[in-house]
Amino acid sequence: MFKTFPKGGIHPPENKLTADKPIVILPVPPQVTVPVSQHIGAPATPVVEKGAAVLAGQVIAEAKGFVSTNIHSPVSGKVSKIDTVVDTTGYKQTAVIIDVEGDEWVTTVDRSTALEKEITLTREEIIERCRQCGLVGMGGATFPTHIKLTVPAGKSCDMVIINGAECEPYLTSDHRLMLEKGAEVLTGATIIMKALGVERAVVGIEANKPDAISHLTELAREFRGITVQPLKVKYPQGGEKQLIKACTGREVPSGGLPIDVGVVVQNVGTAFAVYEAVQKNKPLVERVVTVTGKSVANPGNFLVRIGTPVTALIEAAGGMPDDTGKVVNGGPMMGKALAITDVPVTKGTSGILLFPAAASRRAEVLPCIRCGKCSSACAMGLEPWLISVLSEKGMWEKAEKEKITDCMECGACAYTCPAKRPLLDYIRLGKSTVIRLARERVTK
Amino acid sequence: MNKILNVSPSPHISTPETTRRLMYGVVIALIPALAASIYYFGMGAIIVTLTSVVSCVAVEYLVQKFILKTRPSVSDGSAVVTGLLLAFNVPSNLPIWIIIIGAIISIGVAKMTFGGLGSNPFNPALVGRVFLLISFPVQMTSWPVPSGFRTGYLDAVTGATPLGVLSEGVKAGESVASLMEKVPTHMQLFYGYMGGSMGEIAAAALIIGGIYLLWKKIISWHIPVSILVSVALFTGILWLADPTKYADPGFHLLTGGIMLGAIFMATDYVTSPMTHKGMIIYGIGIGVITVLIRTWGAYPEGVSFAILIMNAFVPLLNMYIKPKRFGKEVKHG
Ligand code: SF4
Ligand code: SF4
Repeated sequence: MFKTFPKGGIHPPENKLTADKPIVILPVPPQVTVPVSQHIGAPATPVVEKGAAVLAGQVIAEAKGFVSTNIHSPVSGKVSKIDTVVDTTGYKQTAVIIDVEGDEWVTTVDRSTALEKEITLTREEIIERCRQCGLVGMGGATFPTHIKLTVPAGKSCDMVIINGAECEPYLTSDHRLMLEKGAEVLTGATIIMKALGVERAVVGIEANKPDAISHLTELAREFRGITVQPLKVKYPQGGEKQLIKACTGREVPSGGLPIDVGVVVQNVGTAFAVYEAVQKNKPLVERVVTVTGKSVANPGNFLVRIGTPVTALIEAAGGMPDDTGKVVNGGPMMGKALAITDVPVTKGTSGILLFPAAASRRAEVLPCIRCGKCSSACAMGLEPWLISVLSEKGMWEKAEKEKITDCMECGACAYTCPAKRPLLDYIRLGKSTVIRLARERVTK
Repeated sequence: MNKILNVSPSPHISTPETTRRLMYGVVIALIPALAASIYYFGMGAIIVTLTSVVSCVAVEYLVQKFILKTRPSVSDGSAVVTGLLLAFNVPSNLPIWIIIIGAIISIGVAKMTFGGLGSNPFNPALVGRVFLLISFPVQMTSWPVPSGFRTGYLDAVTGATPLGVLSEGVKAGESVASLMEKVPTHMQLFYGYMGGSMGEIAAAALIIGGIYLLWKKIISWHIPVSILVSVALFTGILWLADPTKYADPGFHLLTGGIMLGAIFMATDYVTSPMTHKGMIIYGIGIGVITVLIRTWGAYPEGVSFAILIMNAFVPLLNMYIKPKRFGKEVKHG
């Protein structure tokens, strides 16, 4: 039985060009650039100096406070400098730049690929290990994993959902992980269950990945408490609130978090990273990135070290096509366009998507014809035409009443608008302003 | 490697659906009914349609170019749709000059003075029609009788519409049963064999167009279904209460502008509500008002008035009928 969330949603062309491309290990580049802020929260503080020799897996920047996480060297070599660089978000930040020499790892890391199913660490040790290893949500949100695994006082959790929806068009990195590292992903899920003290986990996978559904359903027989929930293909199925609704019927309250309905959601990539951290003591220094686009010569899924320049990834996929007009970090619905490709892959880079110039410009904006298609598309039950107009006019209070802060910025409204209105541009502006004003109210 | 890359916020893809495609989708959906009109009314239907479409497009172009001094946007297709719908709402023997006045009112007054596409509160074609009905009552209520393709235009043989026969007859004290003898059978009505506005007669053809609109997701079922169901229920209750005074629901659904109104006029995006709940309320309102006018009003037909009246409530419906938000409110301590 395929399930889905009840309200809204859209069906953009899936374009999963790389669904059957096995994960390829990208050679270590000659130099890596490792930003100290690759997560939500405080940037880590560099603890190495220029000229220092580092090993792969060694901490090079330490977490600053609880909402932060460690950064490790993804390679072995010498710190060439600590400098300010432009990252994938387009902002400048501190990064440790390392010249690669060989590929030596800290000895505590178990680099064998043998499956390690038995979990020996205790709850507390698991959470601490995730913190030590610099784990963050790999779906793009990059929220530190150790915090998500810590149930806040007064809340309780009875279920884990592993997000294998991968509802963004083009992206296939989670799909490939489920196929190639299924047992590791499920072991990771079991570890997450243990950390949260729950007995049940559901892996939600969209119907356009039938091979992953059958493979994991098969594997899940060997894992206690884990079931696979096939989902209908519908964007934004992978949105946490939508995924929870689809898998459990529970509805996260407005302004609330999944934990308010007793659920913690972790992405497939994160589950794999948890497995590697806990069972192999391996910090988060590499990830799978889908490099794709219709004109790309060899689109594929690559396992790359953090800090590898995006340029190198594009080269590996056959180079940047001449017609390229836009490069997106992430998927076409929620990804961010890059101004330059000379930026490093970070923990949150799920895909690199190249658009031909013809497809990279927005169409002419026409007047709203009041068709209501944007409202029908909004999975949060908002009225995008209205909140975008309210934002455009600076009517923040009204926008707040219309629940603008519930917007998850999924882009379904803007996608669906026949008049090509830049709905989400205005809504983003309105949302951030409303949040800022609300904060100011509190501090006053 | 020094490519200039486009940087714009997400989303980076957009549906192939455009305003223009939606409008031409409506035009395609109107083709079966247009074909039926040409079949029944011949040359008159062709002349009326061409005049109406050309003058609506021309008025929009001229107003934008010379009065508003904005870039003309006639290519979006909305003026073509208004032109077709205006033609569908008038008799097929209407003189050209009256049609041109209708186009000026529809586009120039009802659409452009409010700011053009998307900003007009009332359905432009219906404003044009009602204006003509009030200003030219004689020409607007002389109904050519369907007769297979004819080359005549202004000299068409005219007769009463079934609703006119019913309304007059009931006023004169005749029983509905005997009046039903004087109007075409339900089957004939379904295929459009009756007097009436050019495009409203052939229910069968209009329904085909409606199915196309639904299939292409240009409209949703909410408005047409709620109008048709409320008309059927309301007239059904009256009919059951006193079949000698009131016509049966089938008669009501197949006559006058109900099908055209429910499928093509009331579903105009700009002048209808934006939520499904709002659409249903709006549709019920149109259905009920139509029956009230038909049964107790001064005009035998009421769909145009009903739609215009409900158009006026659309801003209110949009303000108070909200979609169901995801997730109930929680208090934060
Ligand atoms: S971006 Fe926001 S308003 Fe638009 S569909 Fe998504 S949640 Fe709704
Ligand atoms: S989808 Fe676009 S045109 Fe339709 S109501 Fe929303 S903003 Fe207006």
